[in-house]
Amino acid sequence: MLNNYMPEKPVGILSMQGAIQEHEQMLHGMGVNTLRVKTPKHLELISGLIFPGGESTTMIRLLRFTELIDPLTFWIKKRCLPVLATCAGMILLSSKIENYPNQQTLGLLDIQVIRNAFGRQINSFEEPINILNYDHPFNAVFIRSPVASTLGKEVEPLAKHENLVVMVKDRNIVACSFHPELTGDTRIHQEFLKRVEKWENSQNLEVRCS
Amino acid sequence: MEKKGTELVKTGFADMFKNGVIMDVTTAEEAKVAEEAGAVAVMALDMVPSDIRKAGGVARMAKITVIKEILKTVSIPVMAKCRIGHLAEARILESLGVDFIDESEVLTPADDKYHINKFDYKVPFVCGCRNIGEALRRISEGAAMMRTKGEAGTGNIVEAVKHARSVMDAIRQIKNMPDDELCTFAKDNGASLELVRMVKTLGRLPVVNFAAGGVATPADAALMMMLGVDGVFVGSGIFKSKEPPKMAKAIVQAVLHWDDPEMLAKISEDVGEAMPGLSVEDLEVRLQDRGW
Repeated sequence: MLNNYMPEKPVGILSMQGAIQEHEQMLHGMGVNTLRVKTPKHLELISGLIFPGGESTTMIRLLRFTELIDPLTFWIKKRCLPVLATCAGMILLSSKIENYPNQQTLGLLDIQVIRNAFGRQINSFEEPINILNYDHPFNAVFIRSPVASTLGKEVEPLAKHENLVVMVKDRNIVACSFHPELTGDTRIHQEFLKRVEKWENSQNLEVRCS
Repeated sequence: MEKKGTELVKTGFADMFKNGVIMDVTTAEEAKVAEEAGAVAVMALDMVPSDIRKAGGVARMAKITVIKEILKTVSIPVMAKCRIGHLAEARILESLGVDFIDESEVLTPADDKYHINKFDYKVPFVCGCRNIGEALRRISEGAAMMRTKGEAGTGNIVEAVKHARSVMDAIRQIKNMPDDELCTFAKDNGASLELVRMVKTLGRLPVVNFAAGGVATPADAALMMMLGVDGVFVGSGIFKSKEPPKMAKAIVQAVLHWDDPEMLAKISEDVGEAMPGLSVEDLEVRLQDRGW
């Protein structure tokens, strides 16, 4: 039986577009409540936030339209809300997209990314990869995936594929360029819930951000 | 070893389109407009369905030059249509690096009996359906995504609603059906028993299901989301409207805020004139009847 943390408040899933239901199903399977985040007021009701996969260009436009960019920055940067980002989520949070420098990003995760780094859909693939401190490989599904091409000083690489960084941790953010929500392997979500637990249990902001 | 073109890689890609809008485009400029508006993918075509309807004759896969140009221009996924059963058009599209193939009734069928065995390809396929039987037959052939057919090129939502309701109603029936009745249901609907069982377990189709064929306004898109589809295709509805960039943006926003009437009112306020609509009773050709 899974023995993961049960947060007091629901876990938010940023719901502009994309594979929202897949993250919901995974978390519901772990007994965790979720909330679809569509407006700024939803951010006050959650204890962690998932950025799902989908189209990053679509999501950034909808974030602007729903006026979520400033509130997201506040909660992630100032309140250190625990974040798990997959694929398009990694692109959205990054500081810059090397091959599409004009595409707006949130700049909350200190990495630069390359979009569609492995090519078009025809080159999408699945492959078991090693993740730092995981005892056995994780079947990673890469779908038109980005990679982290440049890492800021504080950023820790957690996994690589063919020497390209595909998973990173930067303080309260973990981002991966593949899709754990498609596989049924809950380890990445369990690690996320541990961070949610720490966040819920700490009143002190400095502790929260460490 | 990297495993490419697996079922998980194909259906997982379709999952990424969820809650999004896929737009028909005929030029690189239109593709750019669609991308700017927030489309999750574009569908490359020679003509949008309403023009195909007017032109008559045989509608085929888009020109290679147009597809290449669109692939070069946008960063979002590019889909293209091949004729039903046209193995060669499908192989050509796959070799061009198109991200998804729509084996589509909007083009003139190349085969009057058989659809493509889509398991043979690394590129994923989407197909049209009017009911649960058609949907599950296409999935049995390897379709990684479905869309309800509606009646393309009419700007009339009635057929899209009919087909979405038909599929959703069948799913609700299957969910509540005792196991003894599943085999007869499968037989009566021309569907595989294995897939009918899967629908019962999942409570939905085993692949992503979008609506298509008749979406012309933000309210149309919201209506289809209310009926439970995962997203919408818009064909003629954008580039046959008076102000395509505005209409495109509004439809993308409506798919996000389909359950918020006040937002929908705001979104629908300034979209310009929608495409002219056609009554389904007056049609000479019903595209939805193509496919078997």
